[in-house]
Amino acid sequence: MWFFTEEERELQQLCRNFAKNELAPFAEQHDHDESFNLAAFKKMGEIGVLGITADPEYGGVGMGATAATIVMEEFGKACPASTLSYLAHSMLTINNIQMNGSEQQKAKYLPKLITGEHIGCMAMSEPDYGSDALGIQTKATLNSDHYIINGTKMWITNAPYADICYIYTRSGKDKKDLTTFILEKEKGQFEVGKAIHKMGMRGSPTSELVLDKVKIPIEHRVGAEGDSTIHMMRNLEIERITISGISLGIAQACVDQCLQYANERKQFGKTLGKFQLIQKMVAEMATETEMMRSFLYNVCKEYDNGNKGPTSAAMVKLALPKMVTKIALDAIQLHGGYGYSREFPLERLMRDNKLNEIGAGTNEVMILIIAKNLLKAQQEKMQ
Amino acid sequence: MNELQQEIQLQLEKYRLDKIEPTAEADDHAEKFRMEIFNELGELGFTGVTTSEDYDGTGLGYQDLCVVLSELSKSSVSYAVTISVSSMVQGIFSQFANEQQKKKYLPALATGQEIGAFGLTESSAGSDAASLKTTAKKVDGGYILNGSKMFITSGSIASTFIVMARTGGEGAKGISAFIVRNDASGFSVGKKEKKMGWKVSPTTELIFENCFVADENLLAQEGMGFKIAMAALDRGRITIGSIAVGLAERALEESLKYSLERKQFKQEIFNFQGLQFMMADMATELEASRLLVNESARLFDENKNNQKLACMAKLKATDTAMKVTTDGVQIFGGVGYTSEYPMERFMRDAKVLQIVEGSNQIQRLVIARNLQKQYSI
Repeated sequence: MWFFTEEERELQQLCRNFAKNELAPFAEQHDHDESFNLAAFKKMGEIGVLGITADPEYGGVGMGATAATIVMEEFGKACPASTLSYLAHSMLTINNIQMNGSEQQKAKYLPKLITGEHIGCMAMSEPDYGSDALGIQTKATLNSDHYIINGTKMWITNAPYADICYIYTRSGKDKKDLTTFILEKEKGQFEVGKAIHKMGMRGSPTSELVLDKVKIPIEHRVGAEGDSTIHMMRNLEIERITISGISLGIAQACVDQCLQYANERKQFGKTLGKFQLIQKMVAEMATETEMMRSFLYNVCKEYDNGNKGPTSAAMVKLALPKMVTKIALDAIQLHGGYGYSREFPLERLMRDNKLNEIGAGTNEVMILIIAKNLLKAQQEKMQ
Repeated sequence: MNELQQEIQLQLEKYRLDKIEPTAEADDHAEKFRMEIFNELGELGFTGVTTSEDYDGTGLGYQDLCVVLSELSKSSVSYAVTISVSSMVQGIFSQFANEQQKKKYLPALATGQEIGAFGLTESSAGSDAASLKTTAKKVDGGYILNGSKMFITSGSIASTFIVMARTGGEGAKGISAFIVRNDASGFSVGKKEKKMGWKVSPTTELIFENCFVADENLLAQEGMGFKIAMAALDRGRITIGSIAVGLAERALEESLKYSLERKQFKQEIFNFQGLQFMMADMATELEASRLLVNESARLFDENKNNQKLACMAKLKATDTAMKVTTDGVQIFGGVGYTSEYPMERFMRDAKVLQIVEGSNQIQRLVIARNLQKQYSI
């Protein structure tokens, strides 16, 4: 984008090279085996991107949403699954601790997460509470100097590998009586439950998380009791923006692959690119990708400039993943039988992208948020 | 549906729920085709629905075959497509083969002891089928085939293949159709494709290295191959359409059941208008597809095959299956994305329906060509 800073351009190049060498060559195999590219994850720590938004004081880079989204786009072009794990670690865990943790907690947890020595996960959803996130039932009961936490968390990205878990619990009867904790695997503060087998993002491990009456010292609590909703609000926007960056990367990968194939593949004595039907497909997907890029990075810049807006973040999250599923389906279609085979990355990219319409708030929840915010703003104007 | 079709549907529903549904997920994961299931479907009369009783077929029409394929697709698109292709091969035999050839090959296919497959596509000849390169050189007493075929459904499980090869010059008129058995010398099955879906149905390459085929295995006359391939597609469009309808119907049923059970914000998620509108659209598109497919099948049965309508049926039904299964995953949310529920498999299985038996781009071309003919003076 024309408004990227010099530093952001350098980051983009760094990530592009990294993705080409460390992610792309292994993406298909990890998808097939449902395994995690741990080596690449550790190397992300070495090149410094794990702490992209974290304070330099703790080893972070101190950049913003634009930078984080650049990483997502570049990694997402090569291996969306590794990128999702990166997101769960760097945005859902590190950035959450950075935004909400105490000085002590930051000093204790951030350095090892930022180097990649530790892997982080965030736990919100439960089997019965997905879109209805404020209904969660994992209970935290205060007992003098410690809490007893009991319950099961669902869909936890990185859980099988996680050392640190940033978790939301219910600490009272009122809807907003939710309290946040940072838990440590080493101290036996959480157990990994059943592995979840997914359609896509198979190179990003997901499992249940089990909290069987675990005893958690009070210093593991983030902020005060009942602060979770404030914590959620502080981090939700960057989560929605950055996950959309993965979809943008997928879209660009599809466009690039389609252009190459349309120039190479011949049928009826000419290259596919000579057929208007194919021209329409590539022209539309490229146009949509540019639209998405402008929209997404514009919202990123606004965010970095302090103009945060839950509505625009939700709009990005609604617009991109949905449009990219369509682009990826068209990209498969353009490649015909080859697109459906695992020789080309397209079917994987499509399966991977579908998650982004569901994770970090479904399309339907984005619609609720956008409509609610817009209608409320209009009512305020009318009064 | 008439009484017979209702009976067929009930019988098949019971069979698929007993025998196919329980292992559908595990077999998808293991990419495992079970010959005994195909054999049993044969014993029930479902593998040779449109083949005459003279050759041990069931002697019914394409409308009936559509009922079979739709019902089967609710549990397994892979078995449905195996039957669809094997039935297509039988259809070609019935229309183009001589008496001797019919007697020799049809009974085993019709009764489901054997599987039939169709070798047209090559690595460089997909939509442009007439550019195929596999050669058949005339020699004393037969032909020598050389070349390879790509993306062949049932490639590793079929016994009887109809293979298109070039006996003459370039273009459609130089192509002939041959019957090739899997034990022919010089014939071998190549690499098995790793695919996004249709995992139970093996898709492979076929390799011909100086493969001798006797004169008696030529179908019709030399140069008839492309015409035969197009006749096969006339059938394939309708049967693939019916598979798409069955798959979409199952996806919609599951979505409805789930949305009436699953609670969020203290109510069934069906109560949210966003989901109601999604499902109203899914149901509407599904019914439109079903009507198009049924009408195409009826015309085919009455020897009034309407190519334009059949293309529309294939296009609409498969696009609908894609949309309905994608929305189905969305309605299920996170669990729809996992292999604990079949929705993600349905979505993966749907995609290739838009590509096979003439990609949907080709269907549009043919529809447009028909429109042009209709309106040109």
